[in-house]
Amino acid sequence: MSVAAPPRTTTLLHRLRGHQGRNLWFALFVTPFVVGLAMFVYIPIAWSAYLSFFEARNTVHPTKFVGFENYTYLLGDKLFRQSLLTFIAFAAFIVPLTYVCSLGLALLLHGLKGGQAFFRSVFFLPTAVSYVIAAMIWRLAFFSGTRFGFANSLLRQFGGDNVNWLGGTNYWYWLVIVSLRLWLQVGFYMILLIAGLNRIPTDTYEAAAIDGASGWRLLRHITLPQLRTSTVAVLMLLLIGAFQAFDEFWNTLGSMTGGYPPYARPPLVHLYLISIGGSQQDLGVGGAGTMIITALIVFFGLLQNWLAGWSERKERGR
Amino acid sequence: MLPNMTFSRRNFLTLTGGIAAAATVTACGSNNGGIGTSASPSAAASATGPLPELTQWYHEYGEEGTQDAVKKYAAAYTNANVTVKWNPGDYGKLLSAALLTNDVPDVFEAEMGASVDMIKAGQVADLTELMADSIDKFNPAVIERMMYQDKLYAIPQVIDMHLLYYRPSLLTKAGITEPPKTFEALVDAATKMKTADMGGLFVGNDGIGAMGTLLMLASGFNQLDDTKTKAGFLDPAFYAALVAYRDFFNSGALLQSASKDWYDGTPFINEETAMQWGGLWSMTDVQKAFGDDFGVLPFPAIGASGRQATIFGAFGSCVAAKGKNVEAAKAFAKWLWVDQTSFQVEFANAFGTHVPAQPALASQASKLASGPGADAATMIVEHGFPASDMLWTGALGDAYSAAVTNVIKKNADPAKEFASVGEKAITELKRVNG
Repeated sequence: MSVAAPPRTTTLLHRLRGHQGRNLWFALFVTPFVVGLAMFVYIPIAWSAYLSFFEARNTVHPTKFVGFENYTYLLGDKLFRQSLLTFIAFAAFIVPLTYVCSLGLALLLHGLKGGQAFFRSVFFLPTAVSYVIAAMIWRLAFFSGTRFGFANSLLRQFGGDNVNWLGGTNYWYWLVIVSLRLWLQVGFYMILLIAGLNRIPTDTYEAAAIDGASGWRLLRHITLPQLRTSTVAVLMLLLIGAFQAFDEFWNTLGSMTGGYPPYARPPLVHLYLISIGGSQQDLGVGGAGTMIITALIVFFGLLQNWLAGWSERKERGR
Repeated sequence: MLPNMTFSRRNFLTLTGGIAAAATVTACGSNNGGIGTSASPSAAASATGPLPELTQWYHEYGEEGTQDAVKKYAAAYTNANVTVKWNPGDYGKLLSAALLTNDVPDVFEAEMGASVDMIKAGQVADLTELMADSIDKFNPAVIERMMYQDKLYAIPQVIDMHLLYYRPSLLTKAGITEPPKTFEALVDAATKMKTADMGGLFVGNDGIGAMGTLLMLASGFNQLDDTKTKAGFLDPAFYAALVAYRDFFNSGALLQSASKDWYDGTPFINEETAMQWGGLWSMTDVQKAFGDDFGVLPFPAIGASGRQATIFGAFGSCVAAKGKNVEAAKAFAKWLWVDQTSFQVEFANAFGTHVPAQPALASQASKLASGPGADAATMIVEHGFPASDMLWTGALGDAYSAAVTNVIKKNADPAKEFASVGEKAITELKRVNG
């Protein structure tokens, strides 16, 4: 029996399209995303990098090359260095706190017999609120320093005095900012962790229970190790989110006339004042700042990844 | 061959489509052929051809009626079709972003006129020649503020100023015979007038507001020294003023949270505070609430070298250098802000309370004719300083207000805090003077 050779359609076009046009479909689905990403992320980053080596005031087509001058200027700027410290303190605080709260909620909900979907939605809802609007509510209603602010009314009910929450003479503004961010994002990370919890096979728990493990030991030796992938992702997102903190700071502490106090000033707020806000439009220094922050995010991201990998290796090695 | 055919067909379509589109564009935009003029509403299109199209930008004025008024002014101009764009929101950012593009507003207002960076980047047209004959009509301090290296880049539209609102009845009740002219008297008055429900003085929800600049001026210093190469306030007397204010800030007589911020007259009108540092623009509302029972003052003198002081700001009308018809835009700006004095009086007087930029017109502004309005008009001449020097850059301003905040709220040592501001001033000034 003679077997006919399969039709070989090896024209360039066919090869490009791939089997059943897979490449074509791939391109079709991926292209819009890539174009968007390039236009709104990669090109601006590249342009910022370019601008950071020029004196670029009130122009995006600079002509005067200044080398690393913008970088040295920024690193010599006391307010910028302070803002980096502010950020590190903020991240060191908000990242673990949000993680612990999200994990706590996720574990509580996961153990619920009924009503899971309801509570999931309830805790997730704040995620849908814009940072700006939430900041306005926090600033004007809850933590207004006036006697008719909600927190102050409550305090007086219990015999306390009015507190000027955002006034800056005390440190209560951190409470305002941290509580705001927690309220907004705990629900979102809770969902991610619940998804992770659902992937842990129940027979692992059953086996451990037969061996006599319960409570903390289950959490420590089964849940947390099994959640490692989700945890790394959540911590990474939290860290990047903390780096990009802007809206809640700007809208709770910034003045309506465009100023911002020197305390509790994250890097993005400082760069915003330099490059867009304030009365300066120094895009060169702003670009240099963007590069410095990008480098920091990459550094901390790699560090965190390495730490996660290290603890995993240590775990396996045992 | 099929592929080739489709290619050429597509090519053909593109080509013809392109031609068609080009034809439409020429038909609509043909400003020379006269085809498009039928759509022009103006009857003034004369033998010289169709009118130039201009756009004019304003920020959002809070007072009702202003928007209709500026549209009316633009429509009254017969040598160009002027389209007014009213910009709610953050005007400064909208403007600076628009000036980076090719689609710039031909005529626009800017706070204190063009900034030094706008001028250095070549974004605004030089108006020196245009204004040569009319420059003397304007308030000289405002004109000087809008000049850079002896060239004028903006026409002052209207002057706004800050002032201290107080109520004679409350002073009397507290047993004070004279409105405060020194800082000690101000502190004394605020402390005596303060009650459980009413603060003594309100200057802003951050407790500082415009005080950063005022404490410097009222203690006898300026932002820059006479050579304009370094800071003019690095002096123990200024530091003492800051410390005196810090004591007042912590005394409890300064109201630090109110329903609105300092630039809104509401806290004073609501009797949340006995005195308020505010703006002339609120005077209409204050008058409505208290009738004759209010007065205005400059900020009191502080320390031995002190002087009474207030600050003024002015929006200036600029012409974009990249505009499509710069000469027409210049002519319109001059027509509106130099020649149309009746419009200027209405603009300053009919909606809120502002001071016309041409002093000769102040007598026509009814709100400045008597009482506190007249006091304000005198105050601007006798005690007025521009809110910032032309060379006082944003970076410098941010460093300065950060230092002020640190001294007042974080108990920092003024001499130490301001040393770095002084250094920054030298490098910034070297840059802008170059």
